[in-house]
Amino acid sequence: MNLIIKLFFSFIQVGLFSVGGGYAAIPLIQNQIVYTHQLMTMEEFTDLITIAEMTPGPISINSATFVGTRLAGIPGAIICTVGCIIPAFIICLTLAHFYYKYRSFSGVQTVLSALRPAVVALIASAGMSILLLGLFQADKNSIVFSDFRIVEFLLFLGAFFILRRFKVSAIKIIFGTGVVGTLIYTFLPIAL
Amino acid sequence: MNEKKKIESVQKILWQLFCATFTLSAFTFGGGFVIVSLMKKKFVEELMWFDEDEMLDITAIAQSSPGPIPINASVIIGYRMHGVLGSFVAVLGTAIPPMVIISIISVFYEQFRANRIIATALQVMRAGVAAVIFDVVMNLAKNVCATRRILYIALMFISFVATFFFDVSAMLIILSCLGIGIIDLLHNLYIEKRSANS
Repeated sequence: MNLIIKLFFSFIQVGLFSVGGGYAAIPLIQNQIVYTHQLMTMEEFTDLITIAEMTPGPISINSATFVGTRLAGIPGAIICTVGCIIPAFIICLTLAHFYYKYRSFSGVQTVLSALRPAVVALIASAGMSILLLGLFQADKNSIVFSDFRIVEFLLFLGAFFILRRFKVSAIKIIFGTGVVGTLIYTFLPIAL
Repeated sequence: MNEKKKIESVQKILWQLFCATFTLSAFTFGGGFVIVSLMKKKFVEELMWFDEDEMLDITAIAQSSPGPIPINASVIIGYRMHGVLGSFVAVLGTAIPPMVIISIISVFYEQFRANRIIATALQVMRAGVAAVIFDVVMNLAKNVCATRRILYIALMFISFVATFFFDVSAMLIILSCLGIGIIDLLHNLYIEKRSANS
């Protein structure tokens, strides 16, 4: 029981102080779980990051669930995730309330209009990073051009063409490229 | 009779909200901005619940608040559709898939990591995810250009170069553009006041 309470408060802190997405949460979790409370070894923690990155879903939720399950089973997983979400829930609810209250004011619109192009750029940058990761299997700062993967490139072009041409849902496209790509690599003599 | 219809439509919206956040969360790899572009496609283009500008505002708020971006965005979208209850439903939809998947994987971790088919599928899916983001970005960028304001188009290009090539944090970019927006507003007010006086 003591462990559950400890986990809960650790992850409330993680949720509260991880501003700016998943990767900001990793050092915080490391600090809480590996150093402060010594609930996991560094090796286990590295495994956790690998899994959290490989699987769908937000990295901080993934790691909260993984730590919780490892240390206290299903109740642990639920407690950690809830702890991680609570601060975000309260803060975003407050911000959303004020946004919808004041968003119709023309002054607020002027300020928000300057923000929107930046958000488009941030999304574009995330898209570029993930495309390079897919095409070269390397982070954008450590790309080797001879590692270029033609299969992934063709899959990307095909998926993009289908999206522009027809109204297809994103899930179908992502799942589709997964299936087609896996079949190509499994049945054609191309090394992954 | 009317009351009953109203309850039914609320239930329908909550159910759609749950299904949408659930499936998006189950298929989103790698980072908050990925799920945001999927949300844009789902909520703006498919369900037409709100417009593109609102989605971009939601993204900016989600990015600047603490906590995971997908959860933050779900809270705001849920609140928009049906208040606190909506937020609760949307967050539940977003949180359940990773919880279930990770709980299962943490038991079969060794097998999972060694499985070649899973590794291949996860690798090739990135091409699909990138295609979805590029599709969304094309539409968004077109609309920024359609404002025909040099300021907005320049902000978009400068922000992209800053974040992609120079690794400037998203937080800093959003705060800078917020500052520029405030200056722009003050400038407008100043011009209005001066033309009102003359």
